[in-house]
Amino acid sequence: MAQTFLFDALREAIDEEMARDQTVMVMGEDVGQYGGSYKVTKDLYDKYGELRVLDTPIAENSFTGMGIGAAMTGLRPIIEGMNMGFLLLAFNQISNNAGMLRYTSGGNFKIPVVIRGPGGVGSQLGAEHSQRLEAYFQAVPGLKIVACSTPRNAKGLLKAAIRDDNPVLFFEHVLLYFNKEDLPDDEYILPLDKAEMVRTGKDVTILTYSRMRYHVMQAVASLEKKGYDPEVIDLISLKPIDYDTIGESIRKTHRVIIVEECMRTGGIAAEIIASINDRFFDELDGPVIRMSSQDIPTPYNKGLENLTIVQPAQIEETVEKIMQSRL
Amino acid sequence: MVQERPLPTFQASSPPVSKEQALTIYEDMVLGRYFEDKCAELYQRGKVKGFVHLYNGQEAVCSGVVKAMRSDDYVCSTYRDHVHALSAGVSARAVMAELFGKETGCSKGRGGSMHMFSKEHNMLGGFAFIGEGIPVALGAAFQSRYRRDAMGDANADQVTASFFGDGTTNNGQFFECLNMAALWKLPILFVVENNKWAIGMAHERAASQPEIYKKASVFGMPGYEVDGMDVMAVRAVAETAIARARAGEGPTLLECLTYRYRGHSVADPDELRSAEEKKFWRDRDPIKRFEAYLLEQALTSEADLKAVRDKITFVVEDALTFAEESPDPNPADLYKYIFAED
Repeated sequence: MAQTFLFDALREAIDEEMARDQTVMVMGEDVGQYGGSYKVTKDLYDKYGELRVLDTPIAENSFTGMGIGAAMTGLRPIIEGMNMGFLLLAFNQISNNAGMLRYTSGGNFKIPVVIRGPGGVGSQLGAEHSQRLEAYFQAVPGLKIVACSTPRNAKGLLKAAIRDDNPVLFFEHVLLYFNKEDLPDDEYILPLDKAEMVRTGKDVTILTYSRMRYHVMQAVASLEKKGYDPEVIDLISLKPIDYDTIGESIRKTHRVIIVEECMRTGGIAAEIIASINDRFFDELDGPVIRMSSQDIPTPYNKGLENLTIVQPAQIEETVEKIMQSRL
Repeated sequence: MVQERPLPTFQASSPPVSKEQALTIYEDMVLGRYFEDKCAELYQRGKVKGFVHLYNGQEAVCSGVVKAMRSDDYVCSTYRDHVHALSAGVSARAVMAELFGKETGCSKGRGGSMHMFSKEHNMLGGFAFIGEGIPVALGAAFQSRYRRDAMGDANADQVTASFFGDGTTNNGQFFECLNMAALWKLPILFVVENNKWAIGMAHERAASQPEIYKKASVFGMPGYEVDGMDVMAVRAVAETAIARARAGEGPTLLECLTYRYRGHSVADPDELRSAEEKKFWRDRDPIKRFEAYLLEQALTSEADLKAVRDKITFVVEDALTFAEESPDPNPADLYKYIFAED
């Protein structure tokens, strides 16, 4: 099959699910006539009409709440955040009503919404457009949080998210939309709660997600030449975290590095380290190391932006240091 | 006391309801009043905890709107939600048990006073933050239109009523949702219960244009100013708005001028509202007024009305007994209902 861009893989997922289930619809800013700011809904407006691909006014909190109300009453809305950072404006609806309402209602209502869009540090987009909200939202009960990273997993995960009866925050990365990959011809669905084994190895477990997967693999390419054999796991699910896969790997390597794009304070790694200590402390040969973005608003200047996020050379250096200290 | 806005007058040439409808409305209003009186008592006795916001005085708004709707229509409320739940059909037992935090409550004891939900009765909640229920109500209304126009379901003509207070009309979600509702002609009623006070903030001190109904015109939708102490007046505009929504013609904004007899919540010392103002509104009590109207129109007899009051006294006592005797949620179920599979 032809190589498919990640944005097109997402588009295929939405198209297939909309064709399969009439209650599936898309809403958000410029998703309709414009086709989505990253073309994830290109041509779907023409195919499904203005109600099923609904162009909304710029009113994030209200249209997110509207999606939640529609989900409570039987639809399956896919809400696009033109940029996931904009969803700070919808934090109340995502937290109180997407995340908590099912519990607060004693199970009266389910909220099958997908809230998706581009996040992460792009290329000199400035602080507001470079946010990693996964860390902010991880404490909200009732939400599932997923980060896709390849065209293949993007499609399979988005289809699963659309079919899931729970609210799913689905993070795409602004710099990964043009990654290309061969996709299976047959329909496939991927589980929302399973990490993806990117590379098996025995020396050290590297946990990562989203675009940092590529920084890790760049480092790994160079580490391989030096004779190192790291295991790389793409978390995929940021809530809940797949501790089965992580535990299995730790029992093999006894060393963990977490590479993330969110900020260090209150980040995804902070939570995982605490849980690894709870669950697998006796398996560890040393402290879990986290490599996170700096605790600063992402600067515009390219040099400063590069210093803000973790670079492949730093990962390489850290792995080498760990391996040498072991000797 | 701020100069009162003149209350609009409502004149119907003949009684707009049958005897049966009149008694249904009356019963609903009395249930709202007696239920809330019992809540106040239970809170004072320490039986009911948390923040409790009572509806006394505003009954004509809820009964006037909800009793003009169908049972398959949707109702969405705020933190002052007991009476909306009751009018929507949730039993007094289930609402009272929820206040007691019991497993038999309409939200299984997980919600409490401000979070009354019932899927069975299309009661969407129970929203404790200002304005956050309006988008959810809008979503229910969108869903009705979607089923009709995108899925071809000719029976999808359900209407949604979103209730909220005057304070909410200064919040962005109010304006954003009026815009979207008008834009897409959604079948929704925005029902403002203007009781003049947002806790201690007088409406006139918070709103640059205190006449809320006028805000409808800029969105191209009808806006009505209604005497919210007159259940027949509320019902008349609600019927117009419901018919418009059901016909696919779009939303309506109803500003009902009303008053809450008690403080914002049972914890509110209520020191800012003058005795004079309270008397002005209590003299217009919606239940007494409706009783007088029914007798004057010879729609019912005093005996009929007393029978309703006696019945509701029993219903509320029965609800209390039921709530007290109901079990607490099982501690083993602490995590139940987080996810849809639970």
